[in-house]
Amino acid sequence: MTGRKLIMTFPVTATSHLLADYKARGGYGTLERALREMRPEQITKEVTASGILGHGGAAFPTGRKWGVIKPNDGQPHYLCANADEGEPGTFKDRWILENAPHLLLESMLISAYALQVRHSFVYIRGEFDLPYRRLAAAVEEAYAAGLFGERILGTDFACDIVIYRGAGSYVCGEASALITSIEGKKGYPRNRPPRLTVRGLYQRPTVINNVETLSNIAGIVAHGAEAFRTVGTAKSPGTQLVSISGHVQRPGVYEVEYGYPLAKFIYEDCGGPLGGGKIKCVIPGGISTKVLTAAEIETVTYDHAALAAAGSQVGSGGMVVIAEGTCMVRLLQVLLRFYHHESCGQCTPCREGMGWMHRIIDRIVAGEGRMEDIDQLIRISKANDGTTICGMGDAAGYATVGIIAKYRDEFEYFIEHKRSRLNGRLEVVQ
Amino acid sequence: MKHLIPEFDAMRKRYPADAASSLVLPCLRRIQEDRGFVADSDIAELAAYIPVPRIQIEEVLAHYTQFRRAPIGRWHLQACRNLSCSMRGAEGAIAHLERKLGIAPGQTTADGRFTLSTVECLGSCGTAPVVMVNEAYHENMSPPRLDALIEELRK
Repeated sequence: MTGRKLIMTFPVTATSHLLADYKARGGYGTLERALREMRPEQITKEVTASGILGHGGAAFPTGRKWGVIKPNDGQPHYLCANADEGEPGTFKDRWILENAPHLLLESMLISAYALQVRHSFVYIRGEFDLPYRRLAAAVEEAYAAGLFGERILGTDFACDIVIYRGAGSYVCGEASALITSIEGKKGYPRNRPPRLTVRGLYQRPTVINNVETLSNIAGIVAHGAEAFRTVGTAKSPGTQLVSISGHVQRPGVYEVEYGYPLAKFIYEDCGGPLGGGKIKCVIPGGISTKVLTAAEIETVTYDHAALAAAGSQVGSGGMVVIAEGTCMVRLLQVLLRFYHHESCGQCTPCREGMGWMHRIIDRIVAGEGRMEDIDQLIRISKANDGTTICGMGDAAGYATVGIIAKYRDEFEYFIEHKRSRLNGRLEVVQ
Repeated sequence: MKHLIPEFDAMRKRYPADAASSLVLPCLRRIQEDRGFVADSDIAELAAYIPVPRIQIEEVLAHYTQFRRAPIGRWHLQACRNLSCSMRGAEGAIAHLERKLGIAPGQTTADGRFTLSTVECLGSCGTAPVVMVNEAYHENMSPPRLDALIEELRK
């Protein structure tokens, strides 16, 4: 077991995603109570007191984001669930969309009431088919039950929801690109300030929260901030859905209580490395987070402070286990090809830098690398850091610098001998 | 495109009143489902329907990888080659598909049945390697499973 559970609290069956089952589990009771007994400000106060951090990658305090919205300022506000799950290694929001779509919808309705939102959106990545169909069916069930539209549950509260499907663009997972996409445009990120909570979708105050973050709201409102804070650690209350993949015996989605020992999770709960060998390193939270060696994960707990102290992040919860014998040069090549492919081209350092880094790593893998290429990759990474509108170029740099810092000898060997010390292996030796 | 306008009109009901521009992506998706790709006439007609500048639609078509301006094969095989898939056999799976179908990524078989593409992370890393066939994910795709899949699709 990976600690206490807040989301994966019911057995998944053929019908557990449907409205009837959700209601049988007490679903939409919190919405009813919130609409009848709570004022919008009370809900925001509770969410702020819960200390919940964003689960999409940046770990921004949700209450601070919500606190910017003035519910009664007379202008429209918008709420968007970010379901553009695209950070490589991450597939945890899919679990909610496929298995608990009504938990997301109830939480969104409570959030919409707190923020006085009339129109809400779920931005879901275009490739997700089953998650879309499950969510779309849940939305129709909810409309038919009077949970969306006018006079929800007989109150004065009204709210509509649109499931907005992306069409293949990693950068649209970035909040400002996401709303630009909902405006029907190419997904270019926007400069801040103004913050999106001041001027977001259609130039109105907009809250964008990750699917998992929002899905926690119903529980926080139902049981109170204090109860929520008893789970996890003081600085990281609650749990994280972790999607684990790569060279691991039991890949999948696990709910992990913050503060849980990372090594125990990987070696015991997930069965340890594939192929009977040893773990070389772990990417803890999506490919944009810095890699941790097997030695580094031994003592670390799974929470924001501990992972930061170890030099990495919780990130998007997308954990990738890498076994001994894996070629880190070819691994970085896969990552840089991805970043190059996904750079939207708006900012010069990223547009040029991603292509440049990709060409360098391709050159090294082709046996035509130069020893100065290693430092050149680091220099380009640092030149990208903080010089672009969104964080994508920075992220590519973190991944690159993280890998080179720990496995520089593999890069030197590759360049000197014109071949991988590990036969260019990405798959585990079975 | 014009026969889809009643559907588009129905879709607008849940959007804010002044959000017409938002319809670009959902309308293009529906047009592509209907025709298989987005034609020049669709762009002109959609720009008039919403209405938005034509260039906005063309930029959207260029930016998002799922939109197509030309027809493709009956079955679109999109093989993920990002990290977790590569670590679980995607490179071999893609090479196997290339040999089996006699085409490289980006190409369509002469009989128009199969188009092969490589894509980056489909968000199915726990069941890698994954190949998307039209809308559906096919997971844990070893060469024997790919053979069975192709046989099934050829029927």
